Amino acid sequence: MKLTNEELELLAILEENHKVSNESIAMQLGTSVKHVQQLLDKLEKENVIVSYPTLIDWNKIAGKETIVAMIDVKVTPQRGVGFDELAERIYLYDEVRSLYLMSGTYDLSVTVEGKTLKEIALFVSNKLATIENVISTTTHFMLKKYKHDGVIIEGNEGKDRRMVVSP
Amino acid sequence: MSLDYQQYLSKTAIDLAPSGIRKFFDLAASMEGVISLGVGEPDFITPWNIRESSIEALKDGYTSYTANAGLLELRQEISAYLNRKFYVNYRPEDQVIVTVGASQSLDLAFRALLNQGDEVLIIEPAFVSYAALVTMAGGTPIRIAAKVENGFKVTPEQIEAAITDRTKAILLCSPNNPTGTYLNKDELMDIAKIVQKHDLLVVSDEIYAELTYDEEYTSIASIPGMYERTILINGFSKGFAMTGWRLGFLAAPSELVEVMIKIYQYTTMCAPHMLQRGAIEALRNSSEHVEKMQRSYRRRRNFIVQSLNNIGLDCHTPGGAFYVFPSIQKTGLSSDAFAEGLLLQEKVAVVPGNAFGDSGEGYIRCSYAASIEQLQEAMNRIGRFVESVGVKKSNVFDKVL
Repeated sequence: MKLTNEELELLAILEENHKVSNESIAMQLGTSVKHVQQLLDKLEKENVIVSYPTLIDWNKIAGKETIVAMIDVKVTPQRGVGFDELAERIYLYDEVRSLYLMSGTYDLSVTVEGKTLKEIALFVSNKLATIENVISTTTHFMLKKYKHDGVIIEGNEGKDRRMVVSP
Repeated sequence: MSLDYQQYLSKTAIDLAPSGIRKFFDLAASMEGVISLGVGEPDFITPWNIRESSIEALKDGYTSYTANAGLLELRQEISAYLNRKFYVNYRPEDQVIVTVGASQSLDLAFRALLNQGDEVLIIEPAFVSYAALVTMAGGTPIRIAAKVENGFKVTPEQIEAAITDRTKAILLCSPNNPTGTYLNKDELMDIAKIVQKHDLLVVSDEIYAELTYDEEYTSIASIPGMYERTILINGFSKGFAMTGWRLGFLAAPSELVEVMIKIYQYTTMCAPHMLQRGAIEALRNSSEHVEKMQRSYRRRRNFIVQSLNNIGLDCHTPGGAFYVFPSIQKTGLSSDAFAEGLLLQEKVAVVPGNAFGDSGEGYIRCSYAASIEQLQEAMNRIGRFVESVGVKKSNVFDKVL
């Protein structure tokens, strides 16, 4: 699919902050609010804009802390459907936050979220590892999140150190 | 005993006009919660690959002097950059100097060109340093007022009228600080004709060249017959978000460079070595960063121009830089009174237009190198302020539609 410059600009704005109003987008693109809505409708319909999630730091909230594990999964692909059917069986679990087919030493990269280590361990041993055609799993627990989807979680990058007025 | 310092100080230095920005800075800096549209630099931090290169350079011990003109490797990159972006050819060996900011390139140019009383044409509103630099070099700045009805562009007639037998050069800045005005190829060709007819030189400040939004940038040095008459000045500050690095450069015929390099070696020696290493990385591997920043500025320009016009402050659409220069004449306030009132009442800092020359009176400079959220909030506040002092809502859009 080939997008116009205007559509690409729209995506650049939304990728940075999807809360921006259609009025603001229209002004930034130099077009009308109606036209912005048309572009959005089109991009949503084409599934170019898949969703508008919000990045939340749950670990800041008492009682809502989560543990994240990234699991490397080796599988035997099935005749006819390859990895897709197996992938579906895995991604349908609510615990699974993301799932990617990878090149390299393993096949599927599964990100799992849980409240406790035990919860994740049970998910891996009872659900993931028992799926037919799953050969092996290697579980890595995430210790600290520095950057997620292009967003730096903490740190001074981006801090405005400029003087208030300069020529 | 207290000394009478006036008798020790140079008359030229004493007579320099104080910067109109200074007093404003002091006031704004003393206040809390100010949204500043008064900043003349990018709101981006230098891309990491460039920063990392200089960190590595420092680690590896690049702490010595470099050649006066700068590292040959950097000059080669500058030469290649000027060629691929602006279609001009300069030899890295003897036609390029790396300076401490583009400001120093301007200083070198005027010191090299001017005899006592030589005149330099400056199109105002203009960057605050120009006239002072000419004066300090012994020259006389001749100001030409660009008019809003011409999109803040000077007309050939105005230039012709300002030329005398003492005129040596014309200083161009496109895109312009503070108006954002961009001179296109046709307009530059008109100026070039006059320059050639009167046998003048051009000092071309192209520091905002990377931030041109509606068409491909034209350097006056690329216009036939102008290469030999132009001192092209550019740098890393604006396009690469490297203001604090103080790295600029000039490119000119070798006969001029030879003299400028002499002045440079006696005053500064060279630009910092480890920073020059970072600049090499900037020119080699940062075009995507630069383009991304450029697109971001363009969107914010569109936003602020429309917002100001909606508020009732007439604002032309500038072709480049990150400034807009709206008229505040409908409020009946002077530039100073408007800027001060806006700061005290609504805590938004802008720069009064008259800081950039008398012809800037009746205007303010707003920098849109701020986040869209800050711009939105600043526009809300400016709207409230304008309403409180009273103005008729603009109907420019009705006219367009």
